[in-house]
Amino acid sequence: MNKPLRRVAVFCGLLVLALLLRVNYVQFVQADQLSNDVHNRRVAINQYAQPRGDIIVDGKAITGHTTTTGSDFKYKRTYTNGPMWAPVTGYASQAYGTTMLEGVQDKFLTGDDDRLFFNRTIDLLTGKEKKGGNVVTTLNAKAQEAAYKGLGAKKGAVAAIDPRTGAILALASTPSFDPSTIAGNSQTDAKNWVALDKKNDPDDPSLNRALRQTYPPGSTFKLVTAAAALETGKITDIDKGTESPDPYTLPGTTVPLPNEGNIPCKNATLRIALRYSCNSVFGKLGADIGLKDMTDEAEKFGFNQEQFVPVRANAGNFDTKMSPDQVALSSIGQFDTAATPLQMAMVAAAIANNGTLMQPYEIDKLVAPNLSTIAQTSPKELSKPLSPENAQKLQSMMETVVNEGTGTNARIPGVKVGGKTGTAQHGLNNDQNPYAWFVSYAMTDQGSPVAVAVVVEDSSANRSDITGGGLAAPIAKKVMEAVLNK
Amino acid sequence: MSASNTTTITSIGAPNRRNTELALLVFAVAIPVFAYANVGLAKNDAVPAGLLGYGLGLGLLAGVAHLLVRKFAPYSDPLMLPIATLLNGLGLVLIWRLDQEPRLGRAMAPNQLMWSTLGVALFVCVLVFLKDHRILQRYTYISMFAALILLVLPIFFPAVYGARIWITIPGVGSLQPGEFAKIIITVFFAGYLMVKRDALALASRRFMGLYLPRGRDLGPILVIWAMSLLILVFETDLGTSLLFFGLFVIMLYVATERTSWIVFGLLLSSAGAVAVASYESHVQVRVQNWLHPLALQHGDVTETAQAMYAFGSGGLFGSGLGQGYSRLIGGIAPKSDYILATVGEELGLAGLMAILLLYALLIERGIRTALAARDPFGKLLAIGLSGAFALQVFVVAGGVTGLIPLTGMTMPFLAQGGSSVIANWALVAILLRISDTARRPAPSPAPSPDAEATQVVRTQ
Repeated sequence: MNKPLRRVAVFCGLLVLALLLRVNYVQFVQADQLSNDVHNRRVAINQYAQPRGDIIVDGKAITGHTTTTGSDFKYKRTYTNGPMWAPVTGYASQAYGTTMLEGVQDKFLTGDDDRLFFNRTIDLLTGKEKKGGNVVTTLNAKAQEAAYKGLGAKKGAVAAIDPRTGAILALASTPSFDPSTIAGNSQTDAKNWVALDKKNDPDDPSLNRALRQTYPPGSTFKLVTAAAALETGKITDIDKGTESPDPYTLPGTTVPLPNEGNIPCKNATLRIALRYSCNSVFGKLGADIGLKDMTDEAEKFGFNQEQFVPVRANAGNFDTKMSPDQVALSSIGQFDTAATPLQMAMVAAAIANNGTLMQPYEIDKLVAPNLSTIAQTSPKELSKPLSPENAQKLQSMMETVVNEGTGTNARIPGVKVGGKTGTAQHGLNNDQNPYAWFVSYAMTDQGSPVAVAVVVEDSSANRSDITGGGLAAPIAKKVMEAVLNK
Repeated sequence: MSASNTTTITSIGAPNRRNTELALLVFAVAIPVFAYANVGLAKNDAVPAGLLGYGLGLGLLAGVAHLLVRKFAPYSDPLMLPIATLLNGLGLVLIWRLDQEPRLGRAMAPNQLMWSTLGVALFVCVLVFLKDHRILQRYTYISMFAALILLVLPIFFPAVYGARIWITIPGVGSLQPGEFAKIIITVFFAGYLMVKRDALALASRRFMGLYLPRGRDLGPILVIWAMSLLILVFETDLGTSLLFFGLFVIMLYVATERTSWIVFGLLLSSAGAVAVASYESHVQVRVQNWLHPLALQHGDVTETAQAMYAFGSGGLFGSGLGQGYSRLIGGIAPKSDYILATVGEELGLAGLMAILLLYALLIERGIRTALAARDPFGKLLAIGLSGAFALQVFVVAGGVTGLIPLTGMTMPFLAQGGSSVIANWALVAILLRISDTARRPAPSPAPSPDAEATQVVRTQ
């Protein structure tokens, strides 16, 4: 009976071997995939098993943490001034994941980033609790506050950039929400989460309007058209008549493009046309420049491309296939043209920085829990939409707008301010209240420290009050003053 | 190294190895005690208060068992008792560790400790009262009836967790008769096959290279096949039916040395499996879970997926005892069916392989005992018990790790469950008894005046 016994022994050996191979496959080959699976709750548990690193503005943390009981998660995120900073921080929620900086730098904030390996190892050896790294932002607390308070109860957004480096100084969006209220995984958090949903709150408070909402830029887009006119050489002298009729008939159609109110647009110079925001002049210019050159210039300013700051910002839109009349309409910021507030702040920043557009960025550096710097962002040039001479011509025109044109509400005594207002029509037959835009920059002897774009979509305001100069310019002025420290 | 000292087959001059067993037992007690301290430190930052009592308790159990083995089965295999003690001890630590999780129901480690004590008591009883395993041969047909009754009984009790494998005795608790039936039916098979092996092996026709048995010899295998199917259908117990059928095929093969039995066995079992799987929803669900372990069910993560996540998150070295999240598997499952998932998560691939190798070693010692046994009944009984043990380990571990569809069975010694731990201690005791007989030196020939002229011939 020993021969079959030995065979049975081999069979049992094979059974055990199969088991050993299987556990090796599961625990070694598949281990990474399984341990990081989205449905594996350990991922979330580990994320909140230690205090999360902080997001820092001007040397002060705008985030914090508390401990929770009664759930798998030990630590819960808290936010100082949550609604004001929500477009920057996003949220880190035990139940609903992470967004914005919390999402982009999640691994660093939880301490799982490979760059923190050394720190983790030291902590392990010295028996210290694992800690997350800190994210130091480029934001300016005062500018952010000015933007958020300036928007107040109105619906809108503000984006401010340092034109010299591309550092983002303010990103405000109203109405906003407090990320602290959805940071946990309790019933209350769930209720708050449901209430935030767009279906339940038409104001969509969790939408980051500064980065993720595109609006028709209206007349503020005329800056891009003016830049294209200068760059293509269509206009060399900004104080010479442009030989444009009033009203201008859209090419290939019999539709007239009128101007708002009684303004001197017939054969106006470029400076006058920008000061009074002449549709006829810029519509004709756009059509004359043509689709290709207009698209090129818009794309040099960053249109048609998502920006990663490192949080993703939606792409602005300037169509690449249009008939001449559509090009004319697009050149005054209507038709399908769309831009995020960040995109328009980039336009103003490029002009203020003498034609060089810097890559916008939100994170100055990443620091380890022991405060050593792990990564530092260095400013990077994105493109050169304008030559310095043309940029200075455009600056001169924008300063005219603020000093004696539609943007006088943004004047700051003793500082050179350039700006452009916009009132973007939207809705079928313009039946909805338009968006009020204002983009501007402030200039000192050391160049321009701030460019800002403000959009206010306040449907409750009286229609005749909705102009970029009236609604948006005062907010931009406050933000610029905050940065200038006035 | 002389051959006579390393193999259990040789009987002359084999040392009894009781001191080896004692030394191994020290480890088998020390390792769970350290594991216990480890869990306490990880969960509560303190050495558990019961450490001393627990350690002494386990040490006492192992010590008493060892002393009685020394007295009543001095030549038995030295590895089996330490391995069983180590597995049982680790199982207790794991269950105690899962007791610390608030969401996994009441504490079960104290009960398990009590059942383990009863198990060791039964182990000792078998060694003391079963002087020779051949006595069991007398009870061949009684065993058959006992096994049948044990197997059929659960049908009259309500299903628990979807399987009808428990009998509930008011005031005592529930019992899983399948675990005991496993041993008793092996006794029956061994006795029956020992008598019928020649008829089954020789009275057959050759057909296409295979020996086809006569219809009347084929009868028993068909009866067992039908019985295992019935268990599957009425008790929805995939594991037990697979175990019994596999056990019978292995023993038939060993008894008759005819490969044709294996072919028949495989054909019949696959036919039966397909037939049952095609209309039994319980089985279909298991197969679906096996094919798509990570699929969501009604938007929720399944137990199967949770176990896979536990294994994956454990990785090579595990999270450390007490530092995993087996509670996510939920219910009582992590303490019984899925206890290997906790091993995988907290002790890692390294720990899981160590545990599997312990089982492999135990099985190997059992098969060695079968090889060494001198009587066919002992051989069949030993291979039957080891085979059943091997199949059970394979079916459970394979099911939990996703190698084969999951079947509801307990991991011997490791998992929570009174019937299982008691039955397996008895199983080890019988194996030890057989190995004691097998390794016992042959009695020296009686002194005889004409010894010089006589040649002693031993027959195997």
